Amino acid sequence: MSTVARKKSLIWDYLTTVDHKKIAILYLIAGGLFFIMGGIEALFIRIQLAVPNNDFVSAGLYNEILTMHGTTMIFLAAMPLVFAMMNAVVPIQIGARDVAFPFLNSLGFWLFFFGGLFLNLSWFLGGAPDAGWTSYASLSLESPGHGIDFYVLGLQISGLGTLIGGINFLVTIVNMRAPGMTYMRMPLFTWTTFVASALILFAFPPLTVGLIFLMMDRLFGGNFFDPALGGNTIIWEHLFWIFGHPEVYILVLPAFGIFSEIISTFSKKRLFGYSSMVFATVLIGFLGFMVWAHHMFTVGMGPIANAIFAVATMAIAVPTGIKIFNWLFTMWGGSIRFTTPMLYAVGFIPSFVMGGVTGVMNATAAADYQYHDSYFVVAHFHYVIVGGVVFALLAGAHYWWPKMFGKMLSEKLGKVTFWLFFIGFHLTFFIQHFLGLMGMPRRVFTYLPGQGWETGNLISTIGAFFMAAGTIVLLVNIVITTVKGKKAEADAWGDGRTLEWAVSSPAPEYNFAQTPLVRGLDALWVEKMEGKKGLTPAEPLGDIHMPNPSFLPFVISLGLFISALGFMYHNDHSWGLMVGIVGLLITFGAMFLRSVIDDHGYHIHKEEIIEAEKKGAKA
Amino acid sequence: MAQHTNSGNPNVDLAYRRKKNAEDMKHQVISFALMIFLTLVAFFAIGYDKFSPWFSVPFILLLAIVQVGFQLYYFMHMSHKGHELPALFLYSGVFVAFLTIWAFMTIVWW
Repeated sequence: MSTVARKKSLIWDYLTTVDHKKIAILYLIAGGLFFIMGGIEALFIRIQLAVPNNDFVSAGLYNEILTMHGTTMIFLAAMPLVFAMMNAVVPIQIGARDVAFPFLNSLGFWLFFFGGLFLNLSWFLGGAPDAGWTSYASLSLESPGHGIDFYVLGLQISGLGTLIGGINFLVTIVNMRAPGMTYMRMPLFTWTTFVASALILFAFPPLTVGLIFLMMDRLFGGNFFDPALGGNTIIWEHLFWIFGHPEVYILVLPAFGIFSEIISTFSKKRLFGYSSMVFATVLIGFLGFMVWAHHMFTVGMGPIANAIFAVATMAIAVPTGIKIFNWLFTMWGGSIRFTTPMLYAVGFIPSFVMGGVTGVMNATAAADYQYHDSYFVVAHFHYVIVGGVVFALLAGAHYWWPKMFGKMLSEKLGKVTFWLFFIGFHLTFFIQHFLGLMGMPRRVFTYLPGQGWETGNLISTIGAFFMAAGTIVLLVNIVITTVKGKKAEADAWGDGRTLEWAVSSPAPEYNFAQTPLVRGLDALWVEKMEGKKGLTPAEPLGDIHMPNPSFLPFVISLGLFISALGFMYHNDHSWGLMVGIVGLLITFGAMFLRSVIDDHGYHIHKEEIIEAEKKGAKA
Repeated sequence: MAQHTNSGNPNVDLAYRRKKNAEDMKHQVISFALMIFLTLVAFFAIGYDKFSPWFSVPFILLLAIVQVGFQLYYFMHMSHKGHELPALFLYSGVFVAFLTIWAFMTIVWW
């Protein structure tokens, strides 16, 4: 392979890579680390709430832990892990050699990484943000110290990365599909990635605007949210939720996609109602923009607004229901194999439906006045996000692990992880519905005995430890597999239907020696059913043009990181402004270099490809 | 793929392409002239003190929308084939933004 000739250290390789498969691994590792940090924060929360009047953490520290748990899990764990799956799979699923903009792909990752790093630096620099992950303006403006500034600047930087990633996938899916890969032949994970990327394109700008307003108010003497000076504190809530509600779909649509792939593969059937699945995905994305105010029923928007947003919200249950029935009908009459990913898929359906049902309950505006700010809401969104997104990410990690790393995760340990996590999840969050209905408010750091909340909270804490145990088993599984796992075939599960199972595991850096010709939905399955071993090529074997690796994305992101640190302290220290400007100069300097350096990439020659393909075929 | 049908392919009939380019050029010149004219009309509408702002403000907004249309369809070639998807995304974005502002102005109490 040509990498032999271009050998360099592993770390430098990953710092400069523009290969979507390596960026997927970077996203997986960084997102996984943040997932574990968010999980430890969750454990602290549950330990504190295990018994009444607990003093495991102080009230102020609890607020910080709670805020960082939510922020980390959504922005620094779920988002990058979704991007890990997209990067690992989507280009191969559409028969492309890479994403449309490999350089931007790398830039997106490093922006996310430095944003996350910046946010978590707050633990060591005077305290983390403490106004909840929603950071409502009147509360966050009053927060002393620099916690909220870390939130604002860190999310701004990582949000840029997400926006870049989303645009990249849109362009990739529109322009880079292999011949014959029409829109209605795209695998469902590609479709959901496409719609989720469109949602990123439209949903992240409102967040950016909101964060800029908050930054102005806190650091540069602005008054966007200060009613005493003519501002309006509610604007933050609207801007946040105009972003925040589509964000839920940005996470859960790819989760739906992952499960659609898994259910179809392990039922050995074509996905039931493919076109209605596509339709439902687009419809959910569309409706996702018309419901943001259902997070704000108790703000006092008035009965008309509440009623309209309530009805719009309930309408989303229809396309979601279509999907649920399509998954059930895919399994019906299929030849089902209960592998680890399939277990997650089967566990996902009832779990997610429960989250959906409580969602419709919350959408009922009048009833929501009772549920609002109680543990009922906490239970609801954990059923949707954990029961939907986290299950999907764990399932996807098991399913595509051989494609990403070339080795099969242990099925036995995988199933142990599933059962521990599944039982722990329901143990933790099911009881919280009832805690909420019994009146326990969310975001409290402790509670008094004698209100009937003791048992429920204790059960919930025990459940959290089950999930932690499940995660530890997963980590052990990963270590064992990495050390002595067995080599995976190209078609690692034996029943692969889509293009990613046609290339060796892990895929060669050019993905396809010859761009394939796609002859139907589930392109690989079509070829298999005609008794063929591989795909039909759409081009003769020839030299492949590849992009050069680049260190500039790292530098651009580092510059913004330095700049954010500087501007954050510019009111306290005289060096702040200087550092802020130097950081921006680094960023723009690196962007200037990118513009003026002529980089034509390189070619992998035909002989090298033939050599590599021979080696791949033997393994 | 379909997106590239309007890219320059030297094998396509030269006479046809020349005629097409001339036609495009004519459209561009006409719309350019119209845009200058509309801009003058807008300045006149604001400058003429017999018009009340209740007329002139909506009027120049309407002119602005027409100008955006000219810009997109004649100068940025959205009238050509192969721009369906950019159009789809553009209009979805406009729709989402419109819907949000509309909701604020009608049903949301500030």
